[in-house]
Amino acid sequence: MTRVFISQDAASLSLGSKRILARLENAAAEAGLALEIVRTGSRGLFWLEPLIEVETAEGRIAYGPLKTSDIDSLLAAGFLAGGEHPSRIGRLEDVAYLTRQARLIFARCGVTDPKSVADYEAHGGLRGLRRALALEPVEIVDEIKLSGLRGRGGAGFPTGIKWNTVLNAEADRKYVVCNADEGDSGSFADRMLMEGDPFTLIEGMAIAGLAVGATKGYLYIRSEYPHAYRAMNAAIEAATQAGILGSSILGSGRAFTLETRLGAGAYICGEETSLLESLEGKRGTVRAKPPLPALKGLFGKPTIVNNVLSFASVPWILEHGHEAYARYGMGRSMGTLPVQLAGNVKRGGLLELAFGVTLREVIEGFGGGTHSGRPIRAVQVGGPLGAYFPEHMLDIPMDYEAFAAAKGMLGHGGVVVFDDTVDLAVQARFAFEFCAAESCGKCTPCRVGAVRGVEVIDRIVAGIEREKNVALLDDLCQLMTDASLCAMGGLTPVPVTSALTHFPEDFDKAPHLPAAAE
Amino acid sequence: MSKPAQWDSVRASEIVMRERHWDGPALPILHALQEEFGYIHEEALPLVASALNLSRAEVHGILTFYHDFKWQPGGAHTLKICRAEACQSMGGAELADALLKRQSVMWGETTADGRLTIEAVYCLGLCACAPAALYDGEPVGRLCADTLDELVTEARGR
Repeated sequence: MTRVFISQDAASLSLGSKRILARLENAAAEAGLALEIVRTGSRGLFWLEPLIEVETAEGRIAYGPLKTSDIDSLLAAGFLAGGEHPSRIGRLEDVAYLTRQARLIFARCGVTDPKSVADYEAHGGLRGLRRALALEPVEIVDEIKLSGLRGRGGAGFPTGIKWNTVLNAEADRKYVVCNADEGDSGSFADRMLMEGDPFTLIEGMAIAGLAVGATKGYLYIRSEYPHAYRAMNAAIEAATQAGILGSSILGSGRAFTLETRLGAGAYICGEETSLLESLEGKRGTVRAKPPLPALKGLFGKPTIVNNVLSFASVPWILEHGHEAYARYGMGRSMGTLPVQLAGNVKRGGLLELAFGVTLREVIEGFGGGTHSGRPIRAVQVGGPLGAYFPEHMLDIPMDYEAFAAAKGMLGHGGVVVFDDTVDLAVQARFAFEFCAAESCGKCTPCRVGAVRGVEVIDRIVAGIEREKNVALLDDLCQLMTDASLCAMGGLTPVPVTSALTHFPEDFDKAPHLPAAAE
Repeated sequence: MSKPAQWDSVRASEIVMRERHWDGPALPILHALQEEFGYIHEEALPLVASALNLSRAEVHGILTFYHDFKWQPGGAHTLKICRAEACQSMGGAELADALLKRQSVMWGETTADGRLTIEAVYCLGLCACAPAALYDGEPVGRLCADTLDELVTEARGR
């Protein structure tokens, strides 16, 4: 029976892969062809989707991007045996977009059946967990420390140090919490992994539990990701059935169980303390730090809170060792970063790359420039709280320190490209508007500052007392940066000031006016 | 998407009791209520409060903090359009504004015939297929005016 692979990742669905699959199933049934259909996640080459891969003697041959009307001609061309067709791509492993990547975390995503533990194991899964079971907790923590892994959620805090704090904390109960509240625009790696290879995340969280002596984990998934939520629940169920989770991990006698929780549309719940409040069933307001969640986290107990990609990096590190991982990357940014290339770009998708590749290589080399064909004018990196960079700054390497030096941040690795039709004053205003809508309201600089920010930008754009209002905006941004309780208020000035610094002309289009009479 | 049930306080109490065993049960309970009835009826407040040993004000506080929870039933269909940056870069804002204007609604409102609610959402993780939306939970990427019109026609039957 011919095996056919088709992604049912939410992004693939958004491009019509469900209709393609239905059409293929119908056509195959009519022709009396027996197919074994494997519903995978996505490989992250979205410009080639919807995509079908067929298992042949030469490997998995891909066809795409497809329309439902292509199915008949594909069958006529003998595509089930790898036949010629205008949409035939060949093996995806030979496509430069993939060969030039370093897929450690995403090696299985789009390849395996996300519901099958057997498939996961056949593709190298569970090796990291098996090794961890043979190690002492402190040895696991050391392995992570020495790998140089830093939190992939955005802050880049060394993961091993966080784990060490939780390991050394004395408590009757500890927790492992996965932050899957991936709210940053331009980011979709967490979603793709949860839908395409959820067992990697489960394995990483189980290893974290072993490392710090926690037996219970929670996954907080945003409600905007219904497909990822269902995929994770199915995978947890399958992993429990297979004895990976439960009272005795792989028969070791050591316990780890996992539960999912669904967010409810609050961006701020991606902030770790707000997420913990929300998990506890409260309003998602930010907690003051200290105490650190590593010491007093969920329900007041020591808690590891890490991003999906941080946990998902752990099985590879345990399997291959910290030295192998640290060979990827540059400076203090070691390993790989799943870069998410999005927005106005020709070839958007997921790029798992060793740190150090320049932004230009990502956007032009991989992405092929803008989708519209117009010149690139601005690039926002790191989500709605990330900086807008002009075209001439695209030679910055993807590295935590290099981005900080350029007054930006890598964040979660989302890259959003804008062409020359963008108005950066509009984008700066949106940053404040978004902060005003999503602020948890606990601290004044964020709650009130964001509202005032919108008003000040409106006055600047209207040309009202321009210099005075630009000075006021600077002052407001400084205050929000210094005095906000968390990164939401603290970083909202980043997109604003970067827009103002690099694109001042967008804020100065109206004729200058004196103050309006009261 | 199955049609939400009419508000029924007995059924609501059953749901509250069914979901209260979770650690941090407030969100699971509220999600389950909204899933059943399509919104959170004000009579649910005292039910949830007494089950969780919270004041009604506290439950009100939780409910109003999160954008997902609604006080009013929505339309027969829901279109959630992404307003975040990646979709903006592909002209999403202009598309959405034109649609709202044509349907004579604002963000979060339902068309006069009760058929379609149009909501704003900030990122669906479909950023490489922008502009994007969720129509009754189904993702739609590379949105254009024609696709939006088709969805509206499907929802409103004209």
